[in-house]
Amino acid sequence: MTELEAGRAETLAPVRGSAALHRYRDVLIALIAFAVLASLPLFTGSKALLDFVIRCSAYGLFASSLNLLVGYTGLTSFGHGMFFGLGAYSFGLIMQKLGLPIPVAFVATLVITAIIAAVIGAICVRLKEIYFAFVTLAFQMLIHSTILSWASFTGGDQGLRGGIPRPAFFGINLANHVHLYIASCALLILGLLAMRQIAQSPFGYTLRMIRDNAARASFLGIDVWRAKLTVFVLAALFASMGGMVMALFVSGAYPEFAYWTISGEAIFINMLGGVSTFLGPMVGTVLLLLLNDTVTRFTEYHGIVLGVVILFFALGLRKGLLDFVTEWFSHRRDAGEGR
Amino acid sequence: MTLSAAFVWLLAPRRARCNESAPVDLDALTGCLSSSACLVTQTTSGLIIGMLLFLVAVGLTLIFGVLKVVNFSHGAFYMFGAYFAMTAYHLTGSFALAMLAGAAGTAILGLIFERVFMSRVYGADVLMQLLVCYAFVLIFDDVVRIIWGPEFKSMGMPAAFQVMPLFIAGGVVPPYYLLLIGVALVAAIVLGIGLSRSRIGKVIRAAAHNPGMVSALGINTGLIYGGVFALGGMLAGLAGALAAPVRSLTPGMGFSVLIESFIVTVIGGMGSIVGALVGALLLGLIRSFGSLGFPLFTEGLMYLFMVIVLVSKPTGLFGKEAA
Repeated sequence: MTELEAGRAETLAPVRGSAALHRYRDVLIALIAFAVLASLPLFTGSKALLDFVIRCSAYGLFASSLNLLVGYTGLTSFGHGMFFGLGAYSFGLIMQKLGLPIPVAFVATLVITAIIAAVIGAICVRLKEIYFAFVTLAFQMLIHSTILSWASFTGGDQGLRGGIPRPAFFGINLANHVHLYIASCALLILGLLAMRQIAQSPFGYTLRMIRDNAARASFLGIDVWRAKLTVFVLAALFASMGGMVMALFVSGAYPEFAYWTISGEAIFINMLGGVSTFLGPMVGTVLLLLLNDTVTRFTEYHGIVLGVVILFFALGLRKGLLDFVTEWFSHRRDAGEGR
Repeated sequence: MTLSAAFVWLLAPRRARCNESAPVDLDALTGCLSSSACLVTQTTSGLIIGMLLFLVAVGLTLIFGVLKVVNFSHGAFYMFGAYFAMTAYHLTGSFALAMLAGAAGTAILGLIFERVFMSRVYGADVLMQLLVCYAFVLIFDDVVRIIWGPEFKSMGMPAAFQVMPLFIAGGVVPPYYLLLIGVALVAAIVLGIGLSRSRIGKVIRAAAHNPGMVSALGINTGLIYGGVFALGGMLAGLAGALAAPVRSLTPGMGFSVLIESFIVTVIGGMGSIVGALVGALLLGLIRSFGSLGFPLFTEGLMYLFMVIVLVSKPTGLFGKEAA
């Protein structure tokens, strides 16, 4: 797979001296965003709006983590959804069968995800381009088939039913809708902040270099395989977090969470929002969920509408929305400076 | 058992038949392997799955080999082929016309699709190409839903093939299966010889190798691209038309076929016709025998097989090293 077209437009400016300043700015933005989201229940009692934000958190974490692979490292994974499903199932099963406190189950799920991602990643990241895409897809379907056939443990095609117990911890009661909402927002903001730190760190710039020219990166003494494996596992962790938010939200886990279409949706979200900016996938998530919700309300043939919108983005704009907007602004600024 | 009931029993998905649904049933598998009747029945059913898969996958691999595009909407052509054939059969009552309608209709559709939409994203990123195809998967499924309705449809077995099934070594082989395997084999041979011997075949292979040079020699590469896409679409449509009498038709039916033919091309090696044939037959046999031994994990077996092949030989069984 060639380098991303959007990626070529971006020049690799070295981290400027004020890296610490940038980090403080990111933290500040995150705090403001969290304050705005957390104060939302004070202004509106709309349950639908809060539900929408919770779904955005789950999908946003998942789609942004895919961007670490697709946008930053140039690894087009078709099976990233397996970690979303894995997170939802592991978390749900731990809560149902063992009844551990939620934070313990959370950490345990991340550990399980990391181990499985390391094994799968060790096999996959050696492969090139289209083969990487298909082997990740195959692993995803393998996990999906396992969930379906291991019915005594996972509930098979019925999914994990009977609800996931949500015992209170530290005074947080996730069975309460507002508490769940705030916890989801916090996870989203923390996850995004952590991913932003990864993307802006020297390791993040190493990933960009691997994306642009893996051979040159390896001449410079970088262990490409190890760097790719590391980011594969890291991305899996955030996808798993998204899956856990989803499992908490629907109080269950379903085989669809591990089906390949969820990976397809994540790729679509990334393209919709744009992969050359950090927040592109987040914009894409909001766009897709809005689009899905409105279109299904008006017509039963939402495939046609969604398809036409995708065509508009793919053939008309030829890039994601946020990429389009940022490029448009930089053109305008350049024109304004008389260049 | 009446004849039509026998057909229903034969053609019902394997999973429905073994609904005792033990996850692993090795007794059934070894029992079948030691009985020649069961062996013949399972092998023919594996062969027809494989042959249908081959027709779809060879189009996919051809399009990839020449256009360097992974046609994610290939399953839609299979679906349209089946629906065109059903409509033509119900209108005219002729099986031959139904096959023709399935193949020709999808060829025209492929040509239009390539010239109007796909040709715009050749230079673009692979993700962009996938996205255009994904959009058409959604659109085509809904178009079928609007024209033919969302419910299951069936074409019905043509009267000419409603004769007693053949019994080979005790195994039941419906005559239609033989026709299906024969047509697919002829397609494979014609395609193989056509590509290696005929002038057009040579031009196509040259265009796959170096389109700029071919274009500089005064050959219209746009026409070749459109033609190859139409050919690929036609093969998938033919597979759909052939499958129409033995499968139920539903919007979205192309999808599982698409995924399976992806596995076939990846196992066989992208761009290799022999690879597509071998991969498709292997997968068909895995499906038919796997459904006995591992009724619930049949799909998992296919993916497992793909992982094993790719890890040991990343370019596929017949793929070239510098893919």
